[in-house]
Amino acid sequence: MNQFAHFMTQVLVAVVQVFAVAVGGPLLLGLMRKVRSRLEGRVGAPIHQPLLDVRKLFAKQRMRPRESSWVFGAAPVVLVATVVAVAAVSPLATTHPPLGQSSDFFAVVFVLLLGSVVLALGALDTGTAFGGMGSSRSMTIGALCEPALLVAILAMAISARTSNLPALVRVGLAHPAVIASPARILALSSFLVVILAESGRLPVDNPSTHLELTMIHEAMVLEYSGADLGLIIVGESMRLVFLLGLLVNLLVPWGVAERPGVLFFCVGLFALLAKVAVAGVMIAIFEVFTAKMRLFRLPELLAGGFVLALLGAVTAVVAR
Amino acid sequence: MTFRLLLQTVLHPTSVVKDLGEAPTSQHPPVSLHGSLQVRHVDAGSCNGCELEVTSAFAPVYDVERFGVRLVASPRHADALLVTGPVTKNMVDPLRKTMQAMPEPRLVISLGDCAHDCGVFKGAYGVEGSVSDVVKVDVHIAGCPPHPEAIVEALRNLTGR
Repeated sequence: MNQFAHFMTQVLVAVVQVFAVAVGGPLLLGLMRKVRSRLEGRVGAPIHQPLLDVRKLFAKQRMRPRESSWVFGAAPVVLVATVVAVAAVSPLATTHPPLGQSSDFFAVVFVLLLGSVVLALGALDTGTAFGGMGSSRSMTIGALCEPALLVAILAMAISARTSNLPALVRVGLAHPAVIASPARILALSSFLVVILAESGRLPVDNPSTHLELTMIHEAMVLEYSGADLGLIIVGESMRLVFLLGLLVNLLVPWGVAERPGVLFFCVGLFALLAKVAVAGVMIAIFEVFTAKMRLFRLPELLAGGFVLALLGAVTAVVAR
Repeated sequence: MTFRLLLQTVLHPTSVVKDLGEAPTSQHPPVSLHGSLQVRHVDAGSCNGCELEVTSAFAPVYDVERFGVRLVASPRHADALLVTGPVTKNMVDPLRKTMQAMPEPRLVISLGDCAHDCGVFKGAYGVEGSVSDVVKVDVHIAGCPPHPEAIVEALRNLTGR
């Protein structure tokens, strides 16, 4: 009986975390758009506008290009499924998520990458010029992000002696000095660069562009419509919330539920949403004052991210 | 000084943005949109006068985005096709194809007098006809070019906000 109750609690924790990320994703998108329009002197759409958009999209006809195969239709589903899977087992609102032992930083990040890869394959599947262009650009950026991300995780894992995500958060809570250590700070700055690049924000990609030739992520989803597009919007925004959630929990872990209990969990959930919202607002403000980088200058930015991560790893080894 | 002005705009955007009043009450949107309207714009041969006014409708003063309207980059993402200008012979096919690329339910909005009856371009050698000669038009916005307020009003009637 006790085991059954424990199992049900774990399931409930997973469901609530996934639900928070799923609703929080579109809301964060709306919040960031709101901040941007305010800074541009406009009133802007209400914060829940992306939720309205998604609801309308699910009621619309789904069109698929004549020559496309099952890959095109599978891509949005896989994208959402990968984020749901990692959101369920990651330390977002609590440091004891279900299947916490298996929530490894390397594993989580590469499950997420599966989503980007299938999206690129889906775009290639349409056979259009912009689909191919978007995929190749997205994969180029992905290939440049990976080394930086790997070394950043390595730097954090060396100083904490584990790459288990809940353990990394717990170490931060138990020894705040670890967070202020050069290794963690360098690794997290590199992680931030990777998040911006992977989720298609400025200065890497302009999420509100209409110029097909400058698009990276948008170019891949040009052919999607109806529920497929709705899933992609939800999946992409969920991924941003999830990555930001990881970042803030590694940077400012306070508030995360350390002990079991409904109250602790609610506080943890609220703290998570508040921290992610603050991070989103800061990114939006940064975006208003930044121009998109030229595509050929992106390797410089991402190489900068890699160097930060490498310095972090070296510091971690030296400080051991 | 500049910073104070910026801060003022951020905190009180109404100092720049025009207050356009309450949501329209007498609305009969042809399709149910749940307060969200994605628009794909097609210039079928316009003189760019209408484009300037469309830009203005989305700019800070009129800011139609606050009523749930957004311009999108692909007809696959769109609910409404916004067509400006008389349809030139070369744009007949692209216009028809753009409309067919849009998922149902879809709307066609013709903008400006040229889109309605070819305006000053009537009978010109490159002009095929008005927008309604090529695709079925659901909503028309009159004017040469239409005032941004007219554009905003027509779009608000569709979103119902």
